[in-house]
Amino acid sequence: MALLSIRDLRKTYRAPDGSSLAVLDIPRFELEGATQVALRGASGSGKTTLLHAIAGIIGVDAGEIVLDDHNLHRLTESERDRLRARTLGYVFQTFNLLPGFTSRENVELGMLFGPGVDPAFAEQLLERVGLADRMTYRPPQLSIGQQQRVAVARALANRPKLVLADEPTGNLDVRRAHEALALIREVCAEQNAALLLVSHDESILAEFETVHDLAEINRALQAESAS
Amino acid sequence: MSRKISLFTIIRRSLRQHALSTTITVGAVALAVGLTISVFSIRQQTYDAFTGGQTGFDAVLGARGSQLQLVLNSVFHLETSPGNIPWSLYQAVANDPRVELAVPYATGDNYFGYRIVGTELSMFNEFEYREGQKLMAQEGGRIFDPNRMEAVIGHFASRQTGLTVGSTFSPYHGLYFDETQQHAEEYTVVGVLEPTNSPTDRVIFIPIEGIFRMGGHVLRGAGVVYEPTPGKAIPDEHKEVSAVMLKFRSPQAGFQLDQTVNKQGRVATLAWPIGTIMADLFDKIGWMNNVLALVAYLVIVVAAGTIMASLYNTMNERRREFAILRALGARRRTVFGVIILESTVIAALGTAVGIAVYGAILAVARVIIRAETGVVLDLFAFDAALVFVPAVMIVLGAITGIVPAVKAYKTAVGANLTGDQ
Repeated sequence: MALLSIRDLRKTYRAPDGSSLAVLDIPRFELEGATQVALRGASGSGKTTLLHAIAGIIGVDAGEIVLDDHNLHRLTESERDRLRARTLGYVFQTFNLLPGFTSRENVELGMLFGPGVDPAFAEQLLERVGLADRMTYRPPQLSIGQQQRVAVARALANRPKLVLADEPTGNLDVRRAHEALALIREVCAEQNAALLLVSHDESILAEFETVHDLAEINRALQAESAS
Repeated sequence: MSRKISLFTIIRRSLRQHALSTTITVGAVALAVGLTISVFSIRQQTYDAFTGGQTGFDAVLGARGSQLQLVLNSVFHLETSPGNIPWSLYQAVANDPRVELAVPYATGDNYFGYRIVGTELSMFNEFEYREGQKLMAQEGGRIFDPNRMEAVIGHFASRQTGLTVGSTFSPYHGLYFDETQQHAEEYTVVGVLEPTNSPTDRVIFIPIEGIFRMGGHVLRGAGVVYEPTPGKAIPDEHKEVSAVMLKFRSPQAGFQLDQTVNKQGRVATLAWPIGTIMADLFDKIGWMNNVLALVAYLVIVVAAGTIMASLYNTMNERRREFAILRALGARRRTVFGVIILESTVIAALGTAVGIAVYGAILAVARVIIRAETGVVLDLFAFDAALVFVPAVMIVLGAITGIVPAVKAYKTAVGANLTGDQ
């Protein structure tokens, strides 16, 4: 059984003119546990919507997403929140760290709603991403690259089975982007977490053995380009 | 080693991040709580102090007129005297077997506003202002000799006037100070009384004979004007007193004398029981207390509104924070609970400071009430308001958190995770 399985997933948004705008129409997509897969997607291709749907942050119109043997759409919102807290890690392009909290606290926030706070593990993760001497720093006191590493540590804080990474290197220069990617992949591998990364950056995508083109698996994009 | 993160950490950081609005809100709540507890507590303590029978006497016998005026004048030394009664009446009541103690008061003079009361030694030898406690002169002093021009001064009056053992002074005529009305007689202070925390602390006692013989005073005890002659005894029929302070052997005595003096007699008034007469006064001005209580409730409501406004105003800038927490697995009701908890914490902090504000208000009120009446409020007295006002404020704080909490509850996660399309 795949860790993540998507069947006939459809998501539409209401356009300003009142018409219905299809964003996702994915007949089938699967991801095995402990694997690392990249999705190629241009801006506006629905990649963030897809990751949010997988995370259970937004609802979908039809189809099913089965994550770790749980069909998300048979779960209540509260149950989806619990599943997300226990099973998923999320690395955002803009990191989404809380500025009022230290690095360690930001990582601990990743545990608070899931398995429970383990300060020793939070420290271990920060040491692993090279921030042993920045644990009490707040995000505004850190460089962009350091903030990115805090975000990686936080994504792994709840010992997730799947890490979703949405353009995680989009705010970094080329050298730092590749360093950050290597770090994400290494740490996911060490923690035995699967990685689903979306990016439009070919140099980043080139690092992955398995790359899917979102335009190929998302029929909504095909219909859009055909029209 | 830093503490493990918890929901309280989130609340603490938020309060710190909005330190100015937190401080203002906590201050508003503190003032509201302090003022409200003060209104209820001072009202209750004042009521208890004036009606609680802590005067040491059961009743006052005085001139025909208002019982309240008689009590205020002779017990609390606040009002003018309704007039005098003949010495014979004092003697009659003093010899009544139902009366345990009768102490005559003659008033009419003051020293810088502090009442001068002419009385007899029984005021010091027999009268107990509280059970087992008599008026005692402090070390180095003594009670006056009734045959000399000597005075014993209450503790508070001594401190305020500077009169102490060995000081001499001349009384002023009237119950209110008028510098043109100074008598020629000079009295020597021979004792300062131990503090009693009662109106007695504001009084200067001299021998009753001193009031009779004070220059300008005339006696009308026999219905005709009599001016005492120096060195010659005053016949009893000419003497008169302002009031007779009474202590009964049993409550039945009060009832019986009330019948005799008030209902059947026409000469005098018996103010009995003192506590009930004062309670009637408080009942008459009860509407004022209700207005004050209403104002206090409104202040509490305004403070609760301040909590809501200050939290609600931060909701827009905190939408991203809530979205991040939700993305990390926080449930809607967790985010809702954080805001409710935050408003409760603000209310609780304000309440804690408010109790200190109450202490400060009570301390000031205590000084003012003591200076004006001699009645002393107990700073540490327990009052039900100390429980119900904080409880109401904290519950109200939690309730006012609902509106901003609903806004936090409704935060759209995807739309508020910035930078993602």
